Order: sequence, then structure tokens, then C-alpha cells
Amino acid sequence: MSRAHILGGLGAAGILGLAVTTAWAAGPDLGAVSQQATNWPAIGMFLFFVLFTLGITYKAAQGTKSASDFYAAGGGISAGTNSLAIAGDYMSAASFLGISGLVYTSGFDGLIYSTGFLVGWPIVLFLIAERLRNLGKYTFADVASFRLDQTSIRIISAVGTLVVVAFYLIAQMVGAGKLIQLLFGLPYLYAVVIVGALMIIYVAFGGMKATTWVQVIKACLLLGGASFMAVAVLYKYGFHPESLFAAAVATHPKGDAIMAPGGLVSNPIEAISLGVGLMFGTAGLPHILMRFFTVSDAQAARKSVFYATGLIGYFYILTFIIGFGGIALLMSDPSYFKLGAAGTFDKLKDMVGGTNMVAVNLANAVGGPYFLGFISAVAFATILAVVAGLTLAGASAVSHDLYAQVIARGRTTENAEVRLSKIAAVVIGIVAIYLGYVFENQNVAFMVGLAFSVAASCNFPVLSMSILWRGTTTWGALLGGLVGLVTAVTMVVLSKAVWVTTFGHPAALFPFDNPTLFSMPLAFLTIFVVSKLDNTRRAQRERAAFDAQFVRSETGIGASGAHAH
Amino acid sequence: MSATQAAGTAAASPHAAGVDTPDPRLDRVITNPTFQTLVRERTSFGWILTILMLVVYFGFIGLIAFDKQLLATKVSGTASLGLFMGVGVIVFAFILTGIYVARANTRFDRLSAELARSLAR
Repeated sequence: MSRAHILGGLGAAGILGLAVTTAWAAGPDLGAVSQQATNWPAIGMFLFFVLFTLGITYKAAQGTKSASDFYAAGGGISAGTNSLAIAGDYMSAASFLGISGLVYTSGFDGLIYSTGFLVGWPIVLFLIAERLRNLGKYTFADVASFRLDQTSIRIISAVGTLVVVAFYLIAQMVGAGKLIQLLFGLPYLYAVVIVGALMIIYVAFGGMKATTWVQVIKACLLLGGASFMAVAVLYKYGFHPESLFAAAVATHPKGDAIMAPGGLVSNPIEAISLGVGLMFGTAGLPHILMRFFTVSDAQAARKSVFYATGLIGYFYILTFIIGFGGIALLMSDPSYFKLGAAGTFDKLKDMVGGTNMVAVNLANAVGGPYFLGFISAVAFATILAVVAGLTLAGASAVSHDLYAQVIARGRTTENAEVRLSKIAAVVIGIVAIYLGYVFENQNVAFMVGLAFSVAASCNFPVLSMSILWRGTTTWGALLGGLVGLVTAVTMVVLSKAVWVTTFGHPAALFPFDNPTLFSMPLAFLTIFVVSKLDNTRRAQRERAAFDAQFVRSETGIGASGAHAH
Repeated sequence: MSATQAAGTAAASPHAAGVDTPDPRLDRVITNPTFQTLVRERTSFGWILTILMLVVYFGFIGLIAFDKQLLATKVSGTASLGLFMGVGVIVFAFILTGIYVARANTRFDRLSAELARSLAR
């Protein structure tokens, strides 16, 4: 596999035109792409990854007997392993391809996303992680409904979870299909079906154990591959970042402007709203929150966030170096571009495969065709791991929250619940394949942003208020969560990304792309006001029950420990 | 479903206290001075670090929104102040989590162990 090879399929390959919203989306918006020549080294390495992870799934399935095994890997994952799995769940293909592409086109602006995706982690640690571990069992709804009404709070938490999972999954499925078309030369539908089938197998058979190990392997591969690229880039500049920056400024059409904030954030409200969404969305992502139940206690939960923050921060610094490496090493080499009639090309728009392919093309530049194959396989593995985590979170919301607590009202057996969870994983997988197929040619770039907004406006307020504020009542949490969810979705639907781009209306009804600055405070305010007004007997009981919850959340006394069975 | 049942199901442990009939063991914990010290120190420490993170991050975003010129200032040849600040925010976030974990591993865990001992008596 070589550049020329990739070039072959370029004729119709659309320009990806990495818009602002693209890096936003963890599923890279690859626009219209044409199928490439089949990339055998990449497929070979990917097959190796698949076989290896299927082997792990087989082992995990044999060790998965109880509900605790299925949902929380028996609670026996170590802090170090869990931190890698958290990093694996969180570092998506778009962080890797999208942010390095954004750095390539705009320089400094890429850093705005890198910081935003990271700064939620300290908040998770300081306010959520340990208390979550002390209070919960399998899902964050366990925690939110600890002293509140099971039915109402499970429903709002499960709906919040499923909405986040749905939008996140669609973006990932479409991204996977486009990416695989581009990298491996497989048809779009094949790619979507392969991703869907594999995630069903991992989750339905291996549960949390298999999902955890898929995340860990993917995190190691991605961090290893990205480290190699960044070191190779720095090596070419004698490990002087300054020389790299100087070379990038000399090559980039925007020149010195790439070292300063550009047009990405022109509107202060938009900038702050984006920041709020990225920061607090992280603390409300169901598949991330679920990971804290896989460790034995609060100490391990705390350590896993610390290590994960280090790994994720390191990763974002790598993507920044990779983006600058792309500018310095690829921009003046015509073989990476789609050439115009006179052999000319636009450095920012004409990259082979689009600007999201900067990291992939750079892999070829610094490591040759086999390393290109490796990075392509890693990108696919990355998507696969993220969708597996999402599927497990969605399946748990269906079986553990909706079925066991709402429909069966706690009168069910562990086996029946796990069986339902597996069925739910299969259904979610099939729905994801279908949605991936339906949305093939739709603009999905806004969907990950929407997932973060809903997580920040529904899940996070419900969870944090129920843990931290004695006054929270069922009515408050239910209505607040609902208001946050509906406001976030409505504002995005009425924004330019959907109202104008998808529905074709002439003007957006909501002026901002990012709703969180409005929807999240509204959710908190609703929880506060409704809880204050709620003086039903139930509300009084719920406030009185805070002490028991408080003691357990602060001390872990009575918390479910590493589960034996 | 009552809150008592709710706590019971989620907790799956006998500890979750009844609401209508206050658990005497619960009162013992809440009135324990070590418990009160632990909670007070950890809660205020957590909020101080949270506020620090918010100030630093939204300060950075605020500069991007309102003072692009400052961020464009050159520090060492090509690299701009904004670049150092962006990487600085990432490193700062990591250091903050490290500070929290260091304090939790020593001070808060010691208080927790002390609490467990005094409750066992």
C-alpha cells in the first residue's frame, strides 16, 4: 500500500473540508468518499486484532457468570487497567483524525478542542468518581435513584443514556463506514455490518470483561502508534519543537497565523457554550460512568481517573504534534495531494482522502506503507472499542434500569436480567447497523456534540444533584432531567447544523451551534426550583433519606465491593 | 416504591438505613467527629480544586474569545503564548488530579481508617 495506491482512488474522493463542527464530532465527517483500492496490509493487521479480541471475548465469556461479571467485570479490574480502559473508551477516532486534521488546517485552534476534551476529567474526579463508586452497582441510575423513586429516576436516566448512546453510535457507525471505505477499500455497507457484528459479539458474549480488554488493547495500540509518529516527527527536527513550529509556519499558507487563535472561536458565547458542553458532558457520559463500577473501591476509582487523565492529556499533546508534523512534512509534498489540471493543489483542501487523513498520510511519510496499514487498523480498532463501550452502556440501561426496576419492579432473577441485556445488545447492534446505513449520506458531524450536550444537560445534573444536594426530590430530578434533555435536543435541531443544513430551511431559529450554556443551567435551575416547591410526603422522606446516602457516598460503608460469587 | 426500598435495592446491603425508623448506627457515623472532619476537608478541597480548574479553563477560553492578540504574543521565536497556555491547561488539569489523589491517598484515607476504627469500637 502506497501513496500512489491511495491516489488511485482519488478521482471522486470528496474534499472533506474539515469544518469546525468536524473535530467536534468524534466520528469524523468524511463527506463523500469513493471506495479505495483494497489495502491488504491494513486488513491483515485488523484481522489479527479481531482474532485476538475474539479470543479474549471467548475467555471472558467463560468467566462471565453473574450479573456483576456482565455489567462490572466482577468489580475486580485494577486501577491501572481501568485507566487504560477509560482512555480507550474516551479517545475516539475523531479525536485522533479530527483534531490532528484541525491542527493541520488551523494550527492553534485544534488545541481548543484538546483542552476542552480533557478538562472534564478533574471535575469527574473531584465531585463524582469516588461517590459514584461508593453508591452504585452497575449503572449511574443506581446512584441517581439511590434515595429517589426507582421508576421515575430509572426512566429519566435510561432515556438520557439511550439518547446519548444513540447519537454517539450513529456518528461512530457512519464515521466507521466512511473511514473503512477510505482506508481498507471495503464497501460502506460491509464496513458498517462488520462493526455492528463485532460489537454485538464483544458485548453479548463477553460483557464488561471483554469490553474492558478491547478498550485496553485499543488504548495501547493507539497510544503506541501516535507516540511513534510524534517521536518520528520530532526526530526529524532534532527534538527541537521550535524548529518544527518554524518549519510549519514557513510551509503553511496562513503562515504565522497558525500559532494564534483563528476563526474557530469568533463568538464568545459560542466558545463558552462549547467549553461547558465538553467539560460537563464528560461527567455525564454513561459508558464512562459505568467504568467506575469495574474497580473494587473508591481508592481504585480515584487512581484510575488520575492515570486516565495523564494518558488522555498525553494523547492530545501527541495529536497536536502530529498535526504540526503534517503541516511540516506533508504540505510541500505533492504526492499527498490531489493535483489540479496544472499540477497545482490547495494545501488545505486537496489532501488525499481529505484533511481528516492527515494522521494516516503522515504515518506513511514517517513509517512507510506497513506503518500506514498499522495506523489504519488502529483507527478501525478505535471505533470498534468505542462502539462496544456504548453498546454495553445502552444494553445495561435497558436491562438493569428499564426492565429489572421499572417493568419487573425488582422481581426478576439475575439470569433473566443478564439474558435480556444480551438480547438488548444484539438489538442495539442491529439498530446501529440500520441507522448507519440510513444516515450514510447525512451530515452527522453535529451528533457527538449533541451527545455531549445531552450528557451535560440531563445525566450530569440529575446525577450530581441527587448525590450532592440533600434537597433534591424525585419530581425535581425527573423534571430537571427532562427539561435539560428536551432543551438540548430542541436547540440543536433549531440550530444551523440541523435546521439549515439537514432540513434546508433558510435561517436557523437558534443562533448558536452549542446549546449547553443554556440547557445545562436550565436543568439545574429546574431541579432546584421544583425540589424546593415539592412538599409531598415522598419528598420529605427523600430528604430524610439523604443522611444514609451521604454516609455511604462519603465512606463507602455498605458499598458493594469486589464481587465474589 | 418507597425510598427505603429504593435504598435497599440499590444498596443490596443491610446498611442502607430505614427512613421512617432512623438507624442508630447512622447517627453514630454522622455525629462522629472524624467523619465530620473527613467530609468537611474533602468536600472543601474538592470544590477548591474544581473552582481552580474552572477558572483556568474558562480563563483560557475567555482569552481566546476576547484577547486573541495576547495569545498571539511570541514567547520563544515561533511558539506563541497561546500555545504554551493551551498545553499548560492540559498539564495543569493533570497536576490538579495528582494533587487531589496525593492528598486523598494520605490524609483522607488516614481519616477514613481512623473512622472505621472508631466505629468498630
